[in-house]
Amino acid sequence: MSSIFGIILRRIVLGVLTLFVVSLLIFASVNMLPGDFAQAILGQGATPEAVESIREDLGLNKHPVQRYLDWLGGIIQGDFGVSFAQANFAEYGGTSVELGGIASVADQLAPRFKNTMFLAGVSAAISVPLSVMLGILAALYSNSVFDRAINISTLSSISSPEFFLAYILILFLAVLNPIFPSLSNVYEGMTFWEKLDRTMLPALTLTLIVTAHMMRMTRAAIINLMASPYIEMARLKGTAPLMIIIRHALPNSLAPIINVIALNLAYLITGVVVVEVVFVYPGIGQLFVDSVKVRDIPIVQACCLIFAASYILLNLLADIMTILSNPRLRHPK
Amino acid sequence: MILVYLIISIVGIFALGWLFRWTGQKISWPKEEWNIYFRDMSYLVGVGFIFGVALILFTLYVYFILQIKFFVWGVQLLVICGVSGYIFRFLGRRIGTEGSRKLFRSMPVTAAFGILTVILYALLAVFADFIAPYEQDEIFEVINALPGGNPDLGGDPRFLLGTDQLGRDLLTRLIYGAQNTVGIAFATTVFSFLIGITGGFLAATLGGWVDQVLSRAVDALMAIPQLIFALLLMTIATAWAGSNKVMIMVYMVLIIAVLDSTRVYRLSRAVGLNIVVMDFIEAAKVRGETLRYLLFREILPNAMAPLLAEFGLRFCFVFLTISALSFLGIGIQPPLADWGTMVRDLAQFINFAAFSPLTATLPLLAAGAIALLTVAVNFIVDWVLHKSSGLKS
Amino acid sequence: MDDQNLVLVKNLKIEGLADEKWIPIVNGIDLHLKKGEVLGLIGESGAGKSTIGLAAMGFTREGCRISGGEIYFDGIDLVNADAKTKRSLLGKRIAYVAQSAAAGFNPAHRIIDQHTEGPVQHRVMSVQESRNDAIELYRKLQLPSPKEIGFRYPHQVSGGQLQRAMTAMAMSCRPDMIVFDEPTTALDVTTQIEVLSAIRDIVEQFDTAAIYITHDLAVVAQMADRVKVLLKGDQIEEADTVTMLSDPQEEYTKSLWAVRTFKRPTKPMVSSTTTPIVSLKGVNASYGKTPVLENVNFNIHPGRTVAVVGESGSGKSTAARCIVGLLPPTAGDVLFNGIPLPAHYKKRTKQDLQKIQMIYQMADTALNPRKTIFEIIGRPVEFFLGLRGKEKRRRVEELMEQIEMDPMTYIDRLPSELSGGQKQRIGIARALASEPSFIICDEVTSALDQLVAEGILKLLANLQDSFNLSYMFITHDLATVRAIADEVVVMKNGEVIEQGLKDDMFQPPHHPYTELLLSSVPEMDTTWLDTLLESRQVDKTVQNH
Repeated sequence: MSSIFGIILRRIVLGVLTLFVVSLLIFASVNMLPGDFAQAILGQGATPEAVESIREDLGLNKHPVQRYLDWLGGIIQGDFGVSFAQANFAEYGGTSVELGGIASVADQLAPRFKNTMFLAGVSAAISVPLSVMLGILAALYSNSVFDRAINISTLSSISSPEFFLAYILILFLAVLNPIFPSLSNVYEGMTFWEKLDRTMLPALTLTLIVTAHMMRMTRAAIINLMASPYIEMARLKGTAPLMIIIRHALPNSLAPIINVIALNLAYLITGVVVVEVVFVYPGIGQLFVDSVKVRDIPIVQACCLIFAASYILLNLLADIMTILSNPRLRHPK
Repeated sequence: MILVYLIISIVGIFALGWLFRWTGQKISWPKEEWNIYFRDMSYLVGVGFIFGVALILFTLYVYFILQIKFFVWGVQLLVICGVSGYIFRFLGRRIGTEGSRKLFRSMPVTAAFGILTVILYALLAVFADFIAPYEQDEIFEVINALPGGNPDLGGDPRFLLGTDQLGRDLLTRLIYGAQNTVGIAFATTVFSFLIGITGGFLAATLGGWVDQVLSRAVDALMAIPQLIFALLLMTIATAWAGSNKVMIMVYMVLIIAVLDSTRVYRLSRAVGLNIVVMDFIEAAKVRGETLRYLLFREILPNAMAPLLAEFGLRFCFVFLTISALSFLGIGIQPPLADWGTMVRDLAQFINFAAFSPLTATLPLLAAGAIALLTVAVNFIVDWVLHKSSGLKS
Repeated sequence: MDDQNLVLVKNLKIEGLADEKWIPIVNGIDLHLKKGEVLGLIGESGAGKSTIGLAAMGFTREGCRISGGEIYFDGIDLVNADAKTKRSLLGKRIAYVAQSAAAGFNPAHRIIDQHTEGPVQHRVMSVQESRNDAIELYRKLQLPSPKEIGFRYPHQVSGGQLQRAMTAMAMSCRPDMIVFDEPTTALDVTTQIEVLSAIRDIVEQFDTAAIYITHDLAVVAQMADRVKVLLKGDQIEEADTVTMLSDPQEEYTKSLWAVRTFKRPTKPMVSSTTTPIVSLKGVNASYGKTPVLENVNFNIHPGRTVAVVGESGSGKSTAARCIVGLLPPTAGDVLFNGIPLPAHYKKRTKQDLQKIQMIYQMADTALNPRKTIFEIIGRPVEFFLGLRGKEKRRRVEELMEQIEMDPMTYIDRLPSELSGGQKQRIGIARALASEPSFIICDEVTSALDQLVAEGILKLLANLQDSFNLSYMFITHDLATVRAIADEVVVMKNGEVIEQGLKDDMFQPPHHPYTELLLSSVPEMDTTWLDTLLESRQVDKTVQNH
């Protein structure tokens, strides 16, 4: 049993290492910006003293390595720095003002992160059971008319851009038949049901795409599995179809299906950006895009890191589950 | 109440499905083929048949009785697509060389439709200058003319699809979109393949530290979701480019190509590794062949099928990424016409669906133009993959 | 209905789905099996043996269907029976033993849990009863530590043991009939013996009827009471085993039997002064840190064939890789005409590379599937001999005539348009094209059907006579050794166990391992297994892996 823990430990260390490299990548990318932040914030007409004082406060005078370590140290303590847009740098005109009292990046991110998690959670709750079920059905009746119809529709849904599906849904479910609101105006203090109602359209859009992906992958995994000789052996033992699935297919399909789900939850993270913009949903995706447009670097950096971290975490989780579900590793020779 | 209907209809479909199979097995069909088919039919397949019939009936009901406009258009579009694909395949099977006819014979309608669509897009992109009625940045005095060309309904006969908020002809911009969006995406994909294939094959044949360095670098790049990383890098690129819009697009092409080449690298490395272990490579090696001969004469011809299929998929992905960036306002820059940007600019028209359905289709038209191409390419790729996997067994 | 027959198949026709069309794969087979009788189904690949065996159980694989005929098991019509009826028979009264036990066992469950599944779901035994019974069966099948082995997972048990465990599983409900689908094909010869004797004992003990499917005549001779010969979905002939072996009626059957009689005359001993064309001197080699060859020495003389024999993992192929320079030895030398060759192929001269050629086991992976036959054979002609244009084409045509293939028909085809034997011939032609003096043949016949393999062996023998070639013949099949070798090298675990002239090697006294290897090769004699087992007095505590 020690070997399997060893493998998992190694995988976790690798994950942490990846995260570290990614933070370095992000930091290095941002430091490729021409000129420096202070100049960019204040524009052309800034006095040298003002620029200098911002540099002082943002720590831009320090060596890049030092700044990276400060940034990383801050993140570990939950401090992502201060957003440019929120800090009122006009006050830097003459005297230096304390930065205290201004909303930090973390404060801005926290509620939006919750919203995004809610959206992703709703989509996952609909799409995971649906796609796994449909995927298994398509696999069991592969090459039938049912399978082909599903193949064509999932292929179309995967290859359409998110906003196309989003607008189609808005057209049918919000404009023509006002079932759900087309703008997802979610705020603090709403009841769960109100929130769910407003989140429904973006969640459905994500569901459409993710379900198609997951279904195709589940189908492929199950078809692969059902072709194994031990499934044929089970049928030749007279085991009932349902029992074959439960006893023989399921324990072995766990790893591929978990992988499929993790991969698609990771995909949700990317998909969320466009969908949030379409529905004006107050999540990190939208904040990210807005910050990119005004070049609010601390927020861009922080969002990027959050997206990357959840992506890495999901992949890590999938790998660990795969290792755990492998009988060869669980019961070494 | 709806729930009750739903339950009743589901139970009904299942019961009818059972009945369908049962009668099918009882009846002695004139064709032996049919007897065997019903004998081996499983219960759920029977249910599937009944479900399909119910679905067709429902479609006919909404189409002819309810006549919901967008539904009707959707069904018509689907039928047109299907029929054109069928006709194209029919013609392909009669006309052309022996080889091309053979190809068409093994082709499903979806793939035929895909090929037809790609050809049409290519023509549109190449001859946009001749097809489009106006210049893409030509501004007219009529702004926000509604589509349809009927002056009584706020249209203008000169502009079949109306004009945008600046007074540019939408039909023209839609046609030029093919040139700009598709052209840029294609160039990006080609670029990303050049990087990816070279790296992947080198890693596969040389192995050792070359493989290690390249693979670890790719791992790091792939640890950040692609769209997110692209957005981050675009932030920096826009700062570098300043107000130079052409440079923004050049940076975009470079960024997406590099980020996307990681996936090409992985595939070509994997494909390369599979081929490298083959005995014919070993035979060529001990014959004393050069690395160049190995790469281009022995490995590449065998990697062609999966790489071509991947090219289709990667093109779709790049195309969607660029469209998404443009949709978010950070991609292809005005005055170049582009579908992603058009969708964003026209999005609010969707709210007019109830009183002016034609206007509401405008954003869908641009988004649909993107979707149609990617779906078409995917249909072709699906067929190619199916074909090559079928050949192995 | 004939009461005596447990299984009765009449005019069975099966079709398979290929390219959306139903193509016949079994065309009208009749079959009958009495209680306690063993029927051998024999044929080459593509004969439809497995399909027929499964159909006798009322089962068809995905993409196959029964298009005509009748199948009765104990009077029950299996063609028209519903799924439930069939399920109640499968596992309980009819059981199956698959070709690869390693793949046939579910990797996620312990062996004994898979064993008890059948008896419990058919309500024959309780879980505990079935477990005790399993242990009893494991003991009967001479599995090591029968009490514990069932509680392991399939990947923790060796192939030969798994195959016996699967036989035990088939026996779990004491079925009336078992279908054995090539149960020993994937095993080494020495393991095959254990499994064969175990299967035969248990079938006799419980008086179970069986259909035994195989392509190996010698195996069927040990196992079956009656033999049926199949070819491409047609039945050729049927008779009881002794008659079938001694007096086959049909041409095809006779040709199958004749294969084993091919043997080329032994060449005289070479004088000790001749320089060997290739010799290995104290060669050690390893993959990474795992040593695979240890102090290997042998010589190959001009115009002679040296067979290198051993089971999988014995290091035969590694020795070949050392000779061609793909795996540089960690110690020792490879000499060519008495001169040491550089260890790595990249450091060798073009002449060195030209004179040593190789023919591979899998012709499918040995020929570039995207190149035509002309390009494949033409490349070495151009590369080594510098011939171009018409000269090159003429030379390729000449080579194709030497391998007995018509240039006009085949020269512009792709490998995928050829049969397995033809592909192997192209592999030979490619090796010949560079005008070598020494060719390594790596299991060249083991992927081929017997008749085709025989053709290849004859061709190689003729080529040797015409061009004075030397062969290193890597094989695990002793029949091949008998047919073609002049000298034999026996390897085990990376070491040479014994070497010498073929005729000496097949005569006692042997090294114990050679003895084991030789005696394990089934012979076409119905009493061979009994005689062998008697003489060996099988050690009941078989080695535990």
